[in-house]
Amino acid sequence: MLSFVAQRVVKGVIVLLAIVVLNFFLIRLAPGDPAVVMAGEAGASDQVFVKQLREKFGLDKPLPEQLFIYVKGVVALDLGFSFRQQAPVAKLIGERLPATLLLTLTAFAISLMLGVLFGTFAARFAGTFLDTAITVFALIFYAMPIFWVALMGILLFSVTMDWLPSFGYETVGANLTGFAHAVDVAKHLIMPAMTLGLFFMATYTRMTRASMLEVKRLDFVKTARAKGLSDAVIQRRHVLRNALLPVVTLAGVHAGTLIGGAVITETVFAWPGIGRLMYDALLQRDYNLLLGVFVTCSIMVLIFNLITDLVYRLVDPRIEFAS
Amino acid sequence: MKQFWKSMLRSPSGVIGLIILVLAISVAVFGPMLFPNSPWRMVQRPFLPPFTLSTVPLGTDALGRDVFAGMIFGARVSLLVGLVSTLVALVVGVPIGAMAGYFGGKTDDALMRFTEFFQTIPSFALAIVLVAILQPSIYSIVASIAVVSWPPVARLVRGEVLSLRTREYVQAAVVTGQSNTWIILREILPNALSPVIVLASLMVATAILLESSLAFLGLGDPNLISWGYMVGAGRTVIRQAWWITVFPGVAILISVLGLNLIGEGLNDALNPRLSREGR
Repeated sequence: MLSFVAQRVVKGVIVLLAIVVLNFFLIRLAPGDPAVVMAGEAGASDQVFVKQLREKFGLDKPLPEQLFIYVKGVVALDLGFSFRQQAPVAKLIGERLPATLLLTLTAFAISLMLGVLFGTFAARFAGTFLDTAITVFALIFYAMPIFWVALMGILLFSVTMDWLPSFGYETVGANLTGFAHAVDVAKHLIMPAMTLGLFFMATYTRMTRASMLEVKRLDFVKTARAKGLSDAVIQRRHVLRNALLPVVTLAGVHAGTLIGGAVITETVFAWPGIGRLMYDALLQRDYNLLLGVFVTCSIMVLIFNLITDLVYRLVDPRIEFAS
Repeated sequence: MKQFWKSMLRSPSGVIGLIILVLAISVAVFGPMLFPNSPWRMVQRPFLPPFTLSTVPLGTDALGRDVFAGMIFGARVSLLVGLVSTLVALVVGVPIGAMAGYFGGKTDDALMRFTEFFQTIPSFALAIVLVAILQPSIYSIVASIAVVSWPPVARLVRGEVLSLRTREYVQAAVVTGQSNTWIILREILPNALSPVIVLASLMVATAILLESSLAFLGLGDPNLISWGYMVGAGRTVIRQAWWITVFPGVAILISVLGLNLIGEGLNDALNPRLSREGR
């Protein structure tokens, strides 16, 4: 178990280093001399200042050395400086990270629970009207662009029915504390989380359904039935548990998509997370910040993948940790 | 081939998907000829509600531009970007997967690490960064979508090639001294085609979603109108004018749905054994 975790962590760190190197070259792909761009962002472009910047960020040194300086900086959690926002990139991201984690994890939990639930229902009643209805809805949700779902949600639940707030993390100026504050945040969270979760819910529904139907035909299920186990026990203990394996794999694969969806969702709902930060960086062409968020997203995906790998091994005892 | 069409037409999702795709392609190809209204020109007063004037059936946006014209011209961009970026992704992914599966060993290891690396990077975030850095244009958009969508192709092709290269007819080709390139191109790849076709149809759908999301964030080609751009532009006035955001979104939904259904239909038609077992 421990050696497995260690192995995966080492692999993750290597991938992370590769991403940081990629990031370094992406910054250099950006149009214009980085020092001139930075000077422009800082609002001054005289020669002396540009030269100072060049020295400060080691841009006058050969490329390999620059790369080394950059990697060293990232390891020390220094992602550069955002001249537009006049703050270190790492600090800006740190402030926004909790909101993104709240949003993505809530969306993930909702989509997984509902997806497995609907998928199980569809498989249980395969061929009936219920199954068709669930399948059709899943197909439609699967094809809807997230930004459009978000806007339709606002149109329906904020503009027309006036049930839910259409933007932000909390009611501005309300100064709520304790439980009242939690309720306020939850109210603001429902729509973004549902929006983000809908696509994944559809995916998990389809996957669970297909996988349940496949497992159902296997021999060990027949054995269980022959032993006289009740249908409910067979469904829960034998079919569902095995059918969940591909769903867990899928959840790991989707970590990156989830983060990408968060960028869109946070943009539409003005949710103060790193996705919104990325959008702001994009509008202002603040490349340091943009790439800082990009690296952060990649780290989040790596961690999430590691967790799903562990969960997979917990759900499926056939796989040994030593391998 | 006849058999293929027969089973394709027997699957309901395949039929519905085909109808939607044919409709979408006709709109993209012939629409701009029949409705030459430029989607950028102001034709009526701003915020004209839909279904009030027959010349502007879907109303106008905040600048008085024809929403219907935008939908028709947008179909071109969406379908074109979807198709071309998928083709580029195939051109990258198929050779990488084929080489990894065929040569095995170190080549396989290196190529698959490379592929996994690209799969780990959050794809939409990478696409945003690439388009932002290369500056939004139809070329940078196609390139970025291709860059983030080739890894599944490589993995799929690798798996297929791995299982095909041990077959007797491939061994026979090796014994007769055919070159590796010839064997991969003539003996192996044609037999690995059907799952690739299924994946490609789903990839076009994903590419359309990606393009529209990029355009929504303001990363579309500034010279081309697209559905995502229209939704993004209508977003700030959604309280006054719902139609500007609703209609282009429906267009995206229907096209993506159509392509996904075609993917399912193709899967049923090309892998009949698999699909029957899966149900």
